[in-house]
Amino acid sequence: MLARAADPATLLVAPTGGGKTLAGFLPTLAELSERPGPGLHTLYLSPLKALTADIARNLRAPVEGAGLAIRIEDRTGDTGQTQRKRQRADPPHILLTTPESLALMLSYEDAGRTFAGLRRVVVDEIHALADSKRGDLLTLGLARLQRLAPGLRRVGLSATVEDPPALARFLARHPHPCQILFADPGPPPDIAMLDAGDPPPWAGGGGRYAVRAVLDAVRRHRTTLIFHNTRAQAELFFQALWMANDEGLPIGIHHGSLARDQRARVEAALAAGQLRAVVCTGTLDLGIDWGDVDLVIQVGAPKNVKRLVQRIGRANHRYNAPSKALLVPANRFEVVECAAALDAVREGTLDGEPRGPGPRDVLCQHILATAAAGPFAADDLYAEVTTAGPYAALSRAAFDACLDFAATGGYALRAYDRWQRLVCRGGLWGLRDPRSAARIRQNLGTIVGTETVAVRLRGRGAPLGEVEEDFAATLTPGDTFLIGGEVVRYEGLRELTVEVTRAPGRDPKVAVFNGTKFSTSTLLTDRILGLFAAGAWPGLPAHTADWLALQARVSRLPEPGRLLVESFPHDGREQTVIYGFAGRNAMQTLGLLLTKEMEAEGLAPLGFVATDYATLVWGLEAVPDIVPLLDPDRLRAGLEGWLAGNAVMKRTFRNAAIVAGLIERQNQGTRKTGRQATFSADILYDALRRHDPGHLLLEVTREEAMRGLVDFGRIEAMLARVGGRIDHLRLRRVTPLAAPLLLEPGRVPVEGKGRERLADAAAARLLAEAGLA
Amino acid sequence: MPPAAAPLSGLPPGAHSFALAGEALAALPSGALWWPAGALLCVSDLHFGTAARQARFGAAPLPPYEVRETLAQLDADLAATAARRVVCLGDSFDDAGASARLDADDRLWLLRLMAGRDWTWIAGNHDPAPLDLPGAHRAALVAGALTFRHIAQADAGPGEVSGHYHPKARLPGAPGFRRPCFLIDGARAILPAYGRFTGGLDCTAPALCDLMGPGALAVLTGARARAIPMPRAAPAAPRPRRSSGV
Repeated sequence: MLARAADPATLLVAPTGGGKTLAGFLPTLAELSERPGPGLHTLYLSPLKALTADIARNLRAPVEGAGLAIRIEDRTGDTGQTQRKRQRADPPHILLTTPESLALMLSYEDAGRTFAGLRRVVVDEIHALADSKRGDLLTLGLARLQRLAPGLRRVGLSATVEDPPALARFLARHPHPCQILFADPGPPPDIAMLDAGDPPPWAGGGGRYAVRAVLDAVRRHRTTLIFHNTRAQAELFFQALWMANDEGLPIGIHHGSLARDQRARVEAALAAGQLRAVVCTGTLDLGIDWGDVDLVIQVGAPKNVKRLVQRIGRANHRYNAPSKALLVPANRFEVVECAAALDAVREGTLDGEPRGPGPRDVLCQHILATAAAGPFAADDLYAEVTTAGPYAALSRAAFDACLDFAATGGYALRAYDRWQRLVCRGGLWGLRDPRSAARIRQNLGTIVGTETVAVRLRGRGAPLGEVEEDFAATLTPGDTFLIGGEVVRYEGLRELTVEVTRAPGRDPKVAVFNGTKFSTSTLLTDRILGLFAAGAWPGLPAHTADWLALQARVSRLPEPGRLLVESFPHDGREQTVIYGFAGRNAMQTLGLLLTKEMEAEGLAPLGFVATDYATLVWGLEAVPDIVPLLDPDRLRAGLEGWLAGNAVMKRTFRNAAIVAGLIERQNQGTRKTGRQATFSADILYDALRRHDPGHLLLEVTREEAMRGLVDFGRIEAMLARVGGRIDHLRLRRVTPLAAPLLLEPGRVPVEGKGRERLADAAAARLLAEAGLA
Repeated sequence: MPPAAAPLSGLPPGAHSFALAGEALAALPSGALWWPAGALLCVSDLHFGTAARQARFGAAPLPPYEVRETLAQLDADLAATAARRVVCLGDSFDDAGASARLDADDRLWLLRLMAGRDWTWIAGNHDPAPLDLPGAHRAALVAGALTFRHIAQADAGPGEVSGHYHPKARLPGAPGFRRPCFLIDGARAILPAYGRFTGGLDCTAPALCDLMGPGALAVLTGARARAIPMPRAAPAAPRPRRSSGV
C-alpha cells in the first residue's frame, strides 16, 4: 500500500479478514506523522455505521500508542447535531462515515471549506456498495470531492469479486487508470452440505427439519453463525432451535427488524465470546470481526456464490486458517442448488451481473443536493458528473433532462408550484426558495426501505422490534406472530406502533417477507441445469437423486439451451409449469406477462406462483400451445403496454420517485405512513403513465424493469438462449418436479375473465342458497 | 327482501334491475343508478378535486386527472341512458373550494354534460354550501316514490336513495374479489362512490348493517353489476371454522 501511496486510485482485493482496512490507512498515518497539519486529511467511507465506529476504535489504539497527535472521529446518522456542526467547521484529520453522510455534508454551503485540504479517501467494502444505487451516489460524491480537493487520491478495499477491473473503473476518476492489488487468497474453505438424517421437505423454506443436526454442529464448535435468507425464516428457525435446545446453549438472534439496542446487545455478546451461536440474516454479512466464529451455517439456498463465499469468510477471521461452512438446503430443489454452489466454490468461480450505466434518479438527487450547497453552472456540473465511472457515458441531453426534472418536476407536474425547485439566474442554477434546502437534505440517500412500524408490548415502553407495514396491515386483533424469538399476540395499532402482548405456547402466524428474497444467480441456475444433464447423480443424497430419476422417467428434466414446459390438470384447474431457471424475480415477471397473454387468448388464467427455477400458472382452460405465448416480441410488447396495474412496477416507480426527490420520505419531521406513501405513489404512477408517458421517472422505471425486481433482461436472455427449442409436454398428472410448486407460498391471483366467471358462479350460488334465484 | 322487478328493456349492458318502493330501477356496472321512468340518472360521491387536495396537503403531487376520468365515465353513462335528469347525491366536490378550482377544460366538459339536462346537486358533508355551478342546489329531492339525499336516515320512509358511505363488498367464494357496491333492500338504496380515488367502507360495518333490512342485496360494480345477499359481519368469536367447499 505504501509503495502505491501517490497513485490517484488504487483498488485492493483481499478475502474477508485480511486486515485490509488497516492497510488502507497506512499511507495516511505515514503522511500525518510526518506533516501533522490541521484540517481533514483522509475520509473513510463504509457501507455500515457499525463499521465506522469499530474502525475508529481499532485505529485510535495504535495512533495513541505511538503518541501521534492525530484526531480520528466518526460521523453517522446517530452522531449528535452539535458534533456534526463542529465536524464541518473544524474537521478531524481522519473522518469515518457512510456514503449517505457524505452526501449530506456535500449539500451544505460550507462543503468547499470542509473538504478543501482533503488528500485521501478510503472506500471500504466497495464491492458491497458497487452493486447498488448507494454506490452510484457515492461516485457522484467522489466526483464532487475531487473538484473541491483536486489532489485527492482514492483507495478502494474489496472482498474477492468476479470482475476487479469493473470495480476499478467504478472507483477511479474517469478516465484515470486504477492500479489493482491482489492479496493472497488464503487456503480453500472447508465446506459441505449438512446431513440432517431426514430428507428436506418438498417445498418451503426455513430448514426447520434440520434443527437437531444444526444444534449438534453448534455444540461441536466455539461460535457458529447461522445465516438465513429472510427475517421471517430466521425468526422461525430461532424459535425451533430454542424448543430443541435442551442444554440451554446461549444462542442469539440478529436481523434488521429487531430494535437497535437489542441488536447491539447481541453484537456485544458475540464479540465477547458469550454466545455459542447467532441466527442472523444479511445484517452480519459485512465488516466487523465477530469474535471467534469457527463455523458458518447457511440455511436455505445460497442463491449467489459470491455472497456465499463472503459469508463463509466470516468463519475463522484469520488469514491462514481455512473457513469452515455447512449448507442446509431447505427443500428438495435446494439440495440441487447447494450441490451446484459447492462445485462453484471449489472451482473458485464467482457470479455477478454487469451493472448498466448510473441510474438517472440518483443523478436527479445529486443535482438537487448540489443546488442546496450553492449555485452551479450546468456545463461545470455535467463535466464533473461524467468523471464518475457509472456516469462516464452520460449524454448531455440525458443530463439536461435530469436537470429539467430537478427544476420543474417534469411536464405533467409543471402546474404544481412546489415542484418548481430550481431557477437559472445569470447562467447559474440555484434553489428557487433557499428554504427547500432542508427538505432536500432530509430526503438524501438511496436506501428506500420497506416502511416499517415499531412493535411494543402493551403497557410497557420497550420496543421489541419492527415489522413491515404491509404485514402489520394484514393483522387483526388476536393474530399471533414471531418477533425476537417469542410469540406475541396482536392487540391493535396505535400511532404507528403495533401493540402486542406475550402469547407463549401459541402457534405463530408468520410474516412472509416476499420483498427481501434474492434471485438465484445466472451462474448457479446454469450450473443446476448442467447438473441435471449429468443423468446420474452420485454426488447428491439418494432422496434427491431418486426424485430427479423419477422426473426423467415420467416426463423429462430441464436441459441447458432448451425450455421445458409441462401442462397437466390438477385440483380442478389446468396447470402449466415453465422451467425457465431465470431467478425468482424474472420468473415472477414471466408469470405476470404470461397470464396477461393467456387472458387475451381467452384461457381464463386465475393465478400463478414463481420460484427461482419455474413459474406455475393455473386457469380454467388448458394451454394448447405455449410457443406463441412465449414469443419474445410479444412479451416485450406486454411489458411496454401493460406497465400499469402491476404492484412490482409500482414499487419500482415508488423507489425511483423517492430517490429522485419527487416523493418525500419525511415531511419536516412528520412521517407519512408507508401505506399513504405507497398509495399516492401508485396513483401518481398511473396518472403519469396515462398523461405523460415520456416522463423521466417512467423511463427510469422501465430501465429498472430490465433488472432488479422485474428483471426482464433475464427473461430475454433466457429466451434468446433457448431460441425456440421449447418442449411443451402434455401430461395426465402432476410431475415430480412440479409437485413442490403446488405447495409453494406466495401465489398471485390474476384479475380477468377467469375470475369473472368464478365470480358469476359464486354470485349465482349465493343467490340460489338464499332462495333468490 | 327486494321484490323482483319487472324486467326493464333497453338497459345498458351488465345492469342489475330491481324495485324500490315500487319504482323499477337499474344499478349500472359503473356505480350509477338509472331510473328509466323518470329518465333520471343518479351518481353519488364524485369527490372532484380529491387529487388536488391531497397534493396541497403534502401527500404525493397527484396530477388532477381523476376529474377527467370520472367525467369520462359519467359522459358514457349519460350517452348510454340518454338521461334527461341528473341527480348528484352529495360530496360531488371534495371541499367547498373545489368547484372553483376545477381545471378550465374539466369545467367546460362538466358544463357540456349539464347543458339541456335538469341537474340537481344534493348537499353533502364535504360540499354543504351551494356550488358556483348552474343547476339546482338542494338538501334533498323527492321524485315519484323516491327521496334523494346524501346520508341515509334511520327512520326514513320507503324509497330513500342515498350515498355517503362508499360501501364496498367482498364476494364470498371468489377470493380477492372486492368492489364498490350498491346496497338495496326494497325500501332503501345506498349508492357506491362514483368518483375515482375514493376509499370505501366494507358493508359488514355496523353502520351499514344497521341501516339495511333483512334480505338486503349488495350489487357489486365492475365488469357487470352482480347481486349477492349483502355480506354481514360474521358473528364474534368463536370464528366459524369452515372448510372452503369451493
